[in-house]
Amino acid sequence: MATTVTGPSPTDVVLKSLRGSKVDVKSRLFEAALLFALSISLLFLVVLLADVLVGGIGVFTDRGMGFLTADLSSLPNIAGVSQGIVGSFLMMFFVVGLAFPSGIGAAIYLEEYAKDTPLNRFLIVNIRNLAGVPSIVFGLLGLAIFVQALEGFTGGRSMIAGGITLAVLVLPIVIITASEALRAVPESIREAGFGVGATRWEVVRHHVLPIAAPGILTGTVLSLSRALGETAPIVLVGAVTGFLATGDQSFAEQLRGPFVALPTTIFNWASLPQAEFRANTKAAIIVLLGVILVANALAIFLRNRYERKW
Amino acid sequence: MAQGVQGEAGAPLSAQDLRTAPHRRRKEALVMRLFQAFAALSVVVSALIILSLVGKAFGFISAVDLGNLWSEGWFPRRNLFDIKTIFAGTMVISLIAMIVATPLGLGAALYLSEYAAPRVRKIVKPVLEVLAGIPSVVLGVFALTWISPQLIQRLLSGAELFNMAAAGIAVGVLVTPLVASVAEDAFRAVPMPLREASYGLGARKRSTSLKIVFPAAISGVVAALIIGISRAIGETMVVAIAAGAKGGSLFTVDPTGPGQTMTGAMASLAIGSDQVRGADLAFPSLFFVGFLLFLITLVLNVASERFVRRVRQRY
Repeated sequence: MATTVTGPSPTDVVLKSLRGSKVDVKSRLFEAALLFALSISLLFLVVLLADVLVGGIGVFTDRGMGFLTADLSSLPNIAGVSQGIVGSFLMMFFVVGLAFPSGIGAAIYLEEYAKDTPLNRFLIVNIRNLAGVPSIVFGLLGLAIFVQALEGFTGGRSMIAGGITLAVLVLPIVIITASEALRAVPESIREAGFGVGATRWEVVRHHVLPIAAPGILTGTVLSLSRALGETAPIVLVGAVTGFLATGDQSFAEQLRGPFVALPTTIFNWASLPQAEFRANTKAAIIVLLGVILVANALAIFLRNRYERKW
Repeated sequence: MAQGVQGEAGAPLSAQDLRTAPHRRRKEALVMRLFQAFAALSVVVSALIILSLVGKAFGFISAVDLGNLWSEGWFPRRNLFDIKTIFAGTMVISLIAMIVATPLGLGAALYLSEYAAPRVRKIVKPVLEVLAGIPSVVLGVFALTWISPQLIQRLLSGAELFNMAAAGIAVGVLVTPLVASVAEDAFRAVPMPLREASYGLGARKRSTSLKIVFPAAISGVVAALIIGISRAIGETMVVAIAAGAKGGSLFTVDPTGPGQTMTGAMASLAIGSDQVRGADLAFPSLFFVGFLLFLITLVLNVASERFVRRVRQRY
């Protein structure tokens, strides 16, 4: 006949006698302190978002979408971010067109082709260091090379110079994230490809890249949103002084003309003394954060959705 | 009689027969060269950075009156380039930033790696990534319009609206997710058997975290802090917006007042760039400061890389 156990189970009894009846105050306090540290960081995020929303939402309720389509102006109540949006959008084409292909290509070389030679090790160390260089130094690079040395091609303090500077800035990030995605592809996939006589490029093209694609995509989206928010380098390249050239010129002339971007518009307005521009600044931040947060959320979603454990 | 493997013509099969068709081999070599060129591009970028910085910084050094590099303040328009002023500003801001980021970042990392339930981790990690993704220009505005009036001016009476403390705290908030992420990787790299041995001896979670996991991961913790400092030193927009002192600054280490950092000095030189071209030495001084900044962050990054590698080697 089965015996039915009543009262506390043996495990509970043993656990209780091991723990004793005292509450371990110090341990609880320690855990609380750690949780507090984490909460403070998150609290800053909440306060920041609330502060920006409260300060900037009025602009949208007063002017609707007019703020998005209005040009820059010295009058706060008609100034808008249309030029900043167009400028940021156009510069992203340089990032997508220059940094993505060369970054992913470099990652393929380092992960799939490169042997462990001193030269290749130097390449990796160099990329890691490049990723740690402050963004303002990339601005100096843009100023010296793309604005001054290549003035004939870029047109000086221009959209092209700014766009190339941002592309160079995110290049190491693209390489590192793409390398990580490629490294996550198990070796057995490659060996299977080689086993049926595929060349290295065929293995990469048909097996490794498709599997690594979600990871690479996540990395590229994250670096795109990084480029979108970067301010210091394009301030150095000359975004604050110029207004976006628009109107009657051709597209090529527009690219070689002065430019603004969304983050430099924010910086510009934040430096103005008039109190009315405070609301505009925060409204512009809502626009910028909106784009960046949507991009980041998309990237994180993609990663969680397609992440495969082998 | 043993029969060997035979090729098409009946001759023994050699390595030559196993090689792929010539056009495939040519394509293969071409593709590899292309990717190699992309990888080499990063070296070109580094070389261009060093070349442009060194060239222009050297031009500045040879043109400037060296006495002006150690004077009463940083006023590029008046040809006063006091290095210690902007260096002190950078140190004050970075110190405040690390006072904020060290406990917050390490605490969050230890909680996430040792205490948090997997479900909590899965939610909190992406949120920290969101915080890391906030552009510094946004945190600069936040420092000026919230941290300075709501925190600093309330806590420290007599603080000005533009002050280094607010900028330092904002930089700290910016650096915290970075410190947390590197430190958490280090804590999680500590092998489980070490913790189990500790529990087996009757140690509590707190003692295990503090006396086993933390010391075992100390290299990673140091790396996280160095990366944090390097990032704080290179941070520009927060300082440019919230620390004030746009035209220049006297030597100061007072966190309640405005100050000038290396990056802040560069940003304000760049904004007034049109006038700067007239003031002969102000423009090249930009590259000189940039060169110093590059050297400092390079040394810090190389050092942190060493510490990270030490963690990887051990486990």
